[in-house]
Amino acid sequence: MEIKFLLNKKPVSLEAEPSMPLIDLLRSLGMKSVKCGCENTVCGLCTVLLDEVPVLSCSVPAARADGHSVMTLEGLKAEAEEFVGFIADQGADQCGFCNPGYVMNTIALLRENPDPTDEEIREYLAGNLCRCSGYEGQVRGIRNYLNAKKEGRL
Amino acid sequence: MNEEKRSVGAAVRKVDSMQLLTGQPVYVDDLPEPHGCLVVKLLRSPHANAMIEEIDASAAMQIPGVVAVFTYKDVPAERYTEAGQTYPETSPHDRLILDRHLRHVGDPVALIAAENEDAAEAALDAVKVKYTVLPAVLDFHTAMDNETLVHPEDDWHALCPFTGGDPKRNICASGVEGEGDVEKVLSECDIVLEHPFHIKAVNQVPMETFRTMCDFDSNGRLHITSSTQIVFHVRRIVAHALGIPKTSIVVEKPRIGGGFGAKQTAVSEVYPAFVSWMTKRPSKLVFTRKESLEAGSPRHEMELTVRLGAMRDGTIRAIDMNVLSNAGAYGEHSWAIAGLTAHKSIPLYTSGLEAFGFKFNVVYTNRQSSGAYRGFGATQGMFAVESTVNELADKLGMDPLEIRLKNSVKEGAMMPAYYHETATSCNLDGCLEKCAEQFGWKEKFPVRVMPDGKIRAAGMAMTMQGSCISGIDVGSATVRLDDGGSYCLMIGAADMGTGCDTILSQILSDCMECPLENITISGANTDRSPYDSGSYASSTTFVTGKAVTMAAEELIEKMKALASKILGIPAEQLVFEKNAVYTQDHTKCITAAELADASMNGNEIPMEVTRSHTNPTSPPPFMAGMVEIELDPETGSVKILNYNAVVDCGTVINPALARIQAEGGIVQGIGMALTEDINYDAKGNLSENSLMKYRIPTRLETGRLHVDFAPSYEAMGPFGAKSIGEIVINTPAPALAHAIYRATGKWFRSLPITPERIVMEKGD
Repeated sequence: MEIKFLLNKKPVSLEAEPSMPLIDLLRSLGMKSVKCGCENTVCGLCTVLLDEVPVLSCSVPAARADGHSVMTLEGLKAEAEEFVGFIADQGADQCGFCNPGYVMNTIALLRENPDPTDEEIREYLAGNLCRCSGYEGQVRGIRNYLNAKKEGRL
Repeated sequence: MNEEKRSVGAAVRKVDSMQLLTGQPVYVDDLPEPHGCLVVKLLRSPHANAMIEEIDASAAMQIPGVVAVFTYKDVPAERYTEAGQTYPETSPHDRLILDRHLRHVGDPVALIAAENEDAAEAALDAVKVKYTVLPAVLDFHTAMDNETLVHPEDDWHALCPFTGGDPKRNICASGVEGEGDVEKVLSECDIVLEHPFHIKAVNQVPMETFRTMCDFDSNGRLHITSSTQIVFHVRRIVAHALGIPKTSIVVEKPRIGGGFGAKQTAVSEVYPAFVSWMTKRPSKLVFTRKESLEAGSPRHEMELTVRLGAMRDGTIRAIDMNVLSNAGAYGEHSWAIAGLTAHKSIPLYTSGLEAFGFKFNVVYTNRQSSGAYRGFGATQGMFAVESTVNELADKLGMDPLEIRLKNSVKEGAMMPAYYHETATSCNLDGCLEKCAEQFGWKEKFPVRVMPDGKIRAAGMAMTMQGSCISGIDVGSATVRLDDGGSYCLMIGAADMGTGCDTILSQILSDCMECPLENITISGANTDRSPYDSGSYASSTTFVTGKAVTMAAEELIEKMKALASKILGIPAEQLVFEKNAVYTQDHTKCITAAELADASMNGNEIPMEVTRSHTNPTSPPPFMAGMVEIELDPETGSVKILNYNAVVDCGTVINPALARIQAEGGIVQGIGMALTEDINYDAKGNLSENSLMKYRIPTRLETGRLHVDFAPSYEAMGPFGAKSIGEIVINTPAPALAHAIYRATGKWFRSLPITPERIVMEKGD
């Protein structure tokens, strides 16, 4: 079928199998930030925003993007750069393979709840698995960003 | 140099951080695909033990887009090992690229190359195979001398005869060690504890599965880009497997999405390499998560029986360990890993130890092959020994902290069970004391029943690891003075996310007394990098880091020689400071930037140095870990409240990265202890073959982690550093088993300790 959608705010129109997973479509369009870690909606690495809502692109058929807006980290680099340096300061990026997924989900969290508690951060990001960091450094990084923002240090 | 300007000891960001955090295309499957790149897929055995009677690929070859189907008839007959080890490997050469004899569910049957994913998938279904299904050895207790042989073939061979393999008895490797009369000392002890402990073949689960891409360089050489910890070993392994010259291969790694030892085995490289070599076309193989779980290189399943003898005052006098290890179908790393169970656990108790014994057998079974996983056998040994010591303290009514302080190895002690090496740097007691204070051991150790009936309890463990393979691992660094007084650092070690590119840059930055921004780093590539065994065995900071300091020292001499020519002053009268060469009275100075310019203008003194390093010993890092849990006796659920750890990794080169290593390792250890289960059905199928079933910890299950350091100074290491990469996974299993015992009165000596088991079982 013909699929028309907004990819990172730019119109895209192409022929694709309607059942093709959105992740495959996005990666074929060069959106290599979208990673596959499990193939069955467990790891959160493939998180993208579909009409502003975080979804797991491995479980969304490409047809569902038709007529909608999809944002990947490629389109949200500037928004990510506001806070990811604080995660880097913790060394919590590590291998980096899970980073795009939880960075996307953190963007969604902060848009929804600009001042989350540590517990709210953990709960919102619970579906984003990471095998390197032990998670706590990611939370510390986001916390330091929020504190810096509150204290006008950004 | 100015202390606050130092790189070593500073929590600087990883050099690749912003690339990774903004999702740049830096991994194997993100890189531009060469034109006409074939999709490689493996048809895998549905049987645990079978022979291929007939295999017919003609229907598969009819599918449009299918380019080649290779079977056992097409591959070289020379057996090899996938283990990334220094040659001659201690792992037996027991594999073929494709074999008529299939030894586990998931063993490759055929290799498919197609123009696209759909055609490759279709071909998987179209290859017709007739199997003769054989009885399978699935329980490793029954493997030795079983009438079913996993490797009945006559061309199995071991390059190192001392590894004690006997495939006609299903023995992959074996060994006996010891010192002193264990039986006599045990007979004199007031108390002897003896129990078997069981650890399953848990999986590393790097978030990036195994993957490799192959193409050809401008000279027609096979160019392998792979997610690997061991570029140089991969070159050798592929050359052996394919029977082609090593000169025809170049291997490099881009960024790696996690390794943890999984990628110290060439799990995926050989297949696309063979496809490309045969078809003369680029190819790529990306393992699915299911393939990575069913045919990867997980931890060795082990049963460890510990006999520990002590006196009433808590003096531990003898430890005897008998290990049965499960290699699975192939023997990667089996001998080395079995050895570390005792070599890294028994020496912790060197103080009063009069004798130790150690015996191991590694057996072949019809399960997936095991391999290297962070901790490398030490993790298994530590669970057994530390649990036994916790039980000893309990039986004697002693504080488990006191019994450890009483018996722990002290700095300067010779450790008979650790290759007779001396603990040249050791602050284990400092780790224990600091950890107990920060954790609040005195307050948290007593069992507390909460008003809602839940039980709070605490447990502890201590551990050590190594900092390389003594006298074997080679680390090298090439340092070149570049334009503007910067330095290009070339390494063959592999940063798999751990941050070694950053750590090694920090070390060089301090040697040259220049800002970190002046250092660029590149690696690893078998053509361009100096030789390095690879990033494993906790060796990179300690061995390659030392090579960096040695190369820097030699480069400084060359820079002085060049400055001497320019200034007309003997080099002996010059000093190197703050990235410049000065006369002793500091009246004349020539900066590194000026030397760089001069070096490119009518110069014969090379401003580039390569140094290789190996260390005769492997100075152990030490660590203490303490956990507080809340256990619900109704449901058996265990909630981790706090996990404290204090590490002696020598000088902490980068506190942020060291802390994350510790936190990440602890959480991996928590997974192994509580949630990561491995079960096979009667036909040899793995039940936990997806991340839905194989449960690694989420961020809601870690509790609060508190990591600190109690550094000793290791004179042989760069700036006093030892290792940290592996040791950090070792304490959670024994500490959690201890806390669960405290809460329930039941010792669990097999893992994982699931809620069902806590409620339903009596303990082990």
